[in-house]
Amino acid sequence: MSEMRRVTAICNGTVVDHIPSGKALQVMQMLGVNVGRSNPISLVMNVPSGKVGRKDVLKIEDRELTQSELDRLALIAPNASVAIIRNYSVAEKREIELGKELVNIARCSFWNCITQNDREPLPHKLRVVSSEPLEVRCAYCGRAQDMEELAGSVI
Amino acid sequence: MRDLITMDDLSNDEIIEILDSAERLLPVAMGEIYAPLLQGKVLGNLFFENSTRTRMSFESAMKRLGGEVVNLSSVGSSVAKGETLYDTMQMVDGYSDIAVIRHPRQGAAQYSADAVEIPILNAGDGAGNHPTQTMLDLFTIRQAHGTLEDLNIVLVGDLRFGRTTHSLSHALVRFGTKLTLVSPETLRMPNEIVRDLQSHGVDVTETEDLASTITEADVIYMTRIQKERFPDEDEYAKVAGVYKMTAEDLSGAKSNMIVMHPLPRVNEIHPSVDETAHACYFKQAFNGVPTRMALLCRSLGVDVPKEVGE
Repeated sequence: MSEMRRVTAICNGTVVDHIPSGKALQVMQMLGVNVGRSNPISLVMNVPSGKVGRKDVLKIEDRELTQSELDRLALIAPNASVAIIRNYSVAEKREIELGKELVNIARCSFWNCITQNDREPLPHKLRVVSSEPLEVRCAYCGRAQDMEELAGSVI
Repeated sequence: MRDLITMDDLSNDEIIEILDSAERLLPVAMGEIYAPLLQGKVLGNLFFENSTRTRMSFESAMKRLGGEVVNLSSVGSSVAKGETLYDTMQMVDGYSDIAVIRHPRQGAAQYSADAVEIPILNAGDGAGNHPTQTMLDLFTIRQAHGTLEDLNIVLVGDLRFGRTTHSLSHALVRFGTKLTLVSPETLRMPNEIVRDLQSHGVDVTETEDLASTITEADVIYMTRIQKERFPDEDEYAKVAGVYKMTAEDLSGAKSNMIVMHPLPRVNEIHPSVDETAHACYFKQAFNGVPTRMALLCRSLGVDVPKEVGE
């Protein structure tokens, strides 16, 4: 547990481990934990990992992320492991699940999609057409989405 | 729900069934017999983008079957005042039993279908899909060759932005058609579509050379390079007029080879081709009427009888 030497254990909160190296900031953005929150957050990047070579780790204190919040991560960190920590020990382990459809998680990045009009009220919907490799298409316009762009268009 | 947004909404059996219905409706489309199968029904014709053939053939199809048509033109309407598509569709839901929509934004047809209860027929969404055009194209191909299977079909022109060729190619590979895609490098069929086509296990060849494809072709499907789809005038100028077919070019073609075009043409088919037995584009434009009749009936849940007009 090399990252434990870098960051102390948290008392209560959520640990997101095995994030692909370099993606932790995107993960924070997707979870919306980087703005307007007072929770302390510890971020470890590029640490060696037996499982995936190098990885990032995120520790969010005093906040238990819900399953639907975590499922957003399927777009960029589908193999991350998540632990809910209570009183310094792992109270629950959660898996990230990639559903068939991602509703109001990210908006289609195609400039001419009908959903580009912010005033249109129906939800943003992306359809998962393949999980390995991950391929996501807009449920309205059908465009295949670029994953990097998509991470930047999280709702 | 009987929407038609992309060709994926129809199985091969359903496609054949619709083409059979369209064939039975031919005498009605030609005005030879009157069959008021859609009497009392109202079609909402929603064209947020210009159209000649599609709008008129839907209107003709509905009226020949005894139905009524209400039109929306986006110029001067609430759309020009900034109404959302969602709101416009709520209104249309109340005014009609079925709606046909053409919209400059991709995904607008699926979005409309999600927004309302009435069936939606996609008549073109941006550079996306145009399945009713595909159905009339399939009807025309089957009429000429008696089958949709094992044909050698050449698609020519703007394969990048051309929604007609996107929908048509998706449908053709499902019937085992061999496809040759002819376009300038900058207007090649998008990769994701080529991948989809190849996943059906059919032969898909890409080339820039139209002349080399003519002798083997059963169908040559020409398209216009659409100025309005280019973000940049210079890019358009580079490829405009790159393919021009004359009657002479077709001297080595199979005798039953047909030349198709969704129209309007600019200069990609010379008028000399009109006089040849290969010219099929005006017949193709007419075929929009019986095909759209069959599609309207299907979406409204009205069976086309085995003997129409009896």
